[in-house]
Amino acid sequence: MKVPEELKYRETHEWARIEDGVATVGITDYAQEELGDVVYVELPEVGRAVRGGEAVAVIESVKTASDIYAPLSGEVVAVNEALADHPEKVNEDPYGEGWIFKLRIADPAEVEALLDAEAYRKLVASEG
Amino acid sequence: MVEFAGFAMPLHYGSIKAEHLAVRQGVGVFDVSHMGEFWVVGDEALPFLEYATTNRAGRLKQGRAQYTMLPNVEGGVVDDAYLYLPDPGRYLMVVNAANVAKDYRHLTALLPGYDAQVYDASEETALLAVQGPKTVELLSGLTDADLERPKKNAVFRAEVAGRPAILARTGYTGEDGFEVFLTPEDAPGVFQALVEAGATPAGLGARDTLRLEMGYPLYGHELTDATNPLCTPYAWVIKPKEPPFLGQERMQAAPCRERLVGLWMESGIPREGYPVEKDGRPVGRVTSGGISPVLGRGIALAWVEAGLAEEGTGLEVVIRGRRHPARVHALPFIRR
Repeated sequence: MKVPEELKYRETHEWARIEDGVATVGITDYAQEELGDVVYVELPEVGRAVRGGEAVAVIESVKTASDIYAPLSGEVVAVNEALADHPEKVNEDPYGEGWIFKLRIADPAEVEALLDAEAYRKLVASEG
Repeated sequence: MVEFAGFAMPLHYGSIKAEHLAVRQGVGVFDVSHMGEFWVVGDEALPFLEYATTNRAGRLKQGRAQYTMLPNVEGGVVDDAYLYLPDPGRYLMVVNAANVAKDYRHLTALLPGYDAQVYDASEETALLAVQGPKTVELLSGLTDADLERPKKNAVFRAEVAGRPAILARTGYTGEDGFEVFLTPEDAPGVFQALVEAGATPAGLGARDTLRLEMGYPLYGHELTDATNPLCTPYAWVIKPKEPPFLGQERMQAAPCRERLVGLWMESGIPREGYPVEKDGRPVGRVTSGGISPVLGRGIALAWVEAGLAEEGTGLEVVIRGRRHPARVHALPFIRR
């Protein structure tokens, strides 16, 4: 299970890569493994204002439908349109081509509340 | 791994989709040892089974099997089951894992008055389902038995990988295949031998998507204690008889206000519990749904108002507040 050191994590298994006030968000390697074959991703609308912890996207796997939560408050500034034709990217490359949406961060202080890689690894170990 | 009816079961061994397609195109092997097995024996085992099951047990010749249901006194369904006659006068009934205790209580309560016994052999019986179009080819390498000749629903004793087994040409996938009854001690070695011979291990997830593509019911979803099976596509298993089976008159007298149908989605993936509408009016609900790995589209089984059950009827499934068009589709969803 990959947990890149440079990313931040939410306890609901989303990751955030924070660059220049924008957070790129996806689901973790652990989450994609648990969900199994991803067959559809319902993306949020660009321009939507979201609160941290709000359900903003849905991942459908063969097994089930799962909500994806915004790790931070902000405005959706981009979504990964490529997932419409290739939802399996979420399984194949969860931290790269499988990204889901980008948020312009409203309150940088919220970043402090997210987990670092070590804390996320511990969380997964306790769940497993 | 998931907890299911007290067993730790693999939902998948890596990918539900890959396991599903392996069964449709090659061979998959499922460990379904969680299923319950009852032996029904005694001089009056047959009249007892004619009373306690809806299909015609009396039509079952030695070496044959039939799908059947256990009715309750109200005309509902205690369980659906497969009834095998592998040995003269000794019936083997396979029931759902979650229902073993309930079924045993129910059946033994019906026994007084019949010279018959029900023996719960679930703990000492393991079951492997070998399923897929290449099953005969693969399994023939592990047994001396002729696997070409037995027809669908045949059952017989033979050795598999050197172990004594009961083999039945049955399954829950819509594919050709055999179910192999073994002792719990022998099952791991036989499972390993099947995998080494090329069978893909398949889990509960693929078992569910495979049965959904065929439109087969899963107890607790399509069938319950309160379901009138005459209102479902499985009404063919209900054979009114004289003397009647338990609850027969009440089952026949109850009207079908709703019917269970197949739904073919134009978009979206339906899931259990989602509402079904007709032009915005609530008319039913999904009992099982998902994406068909073969079709790459959403399919479902659903209860709908009886007047909307005709093939081709346009309906909508509400998915996260949005209406997705669906139409009533004949079962199975895929042509074999």
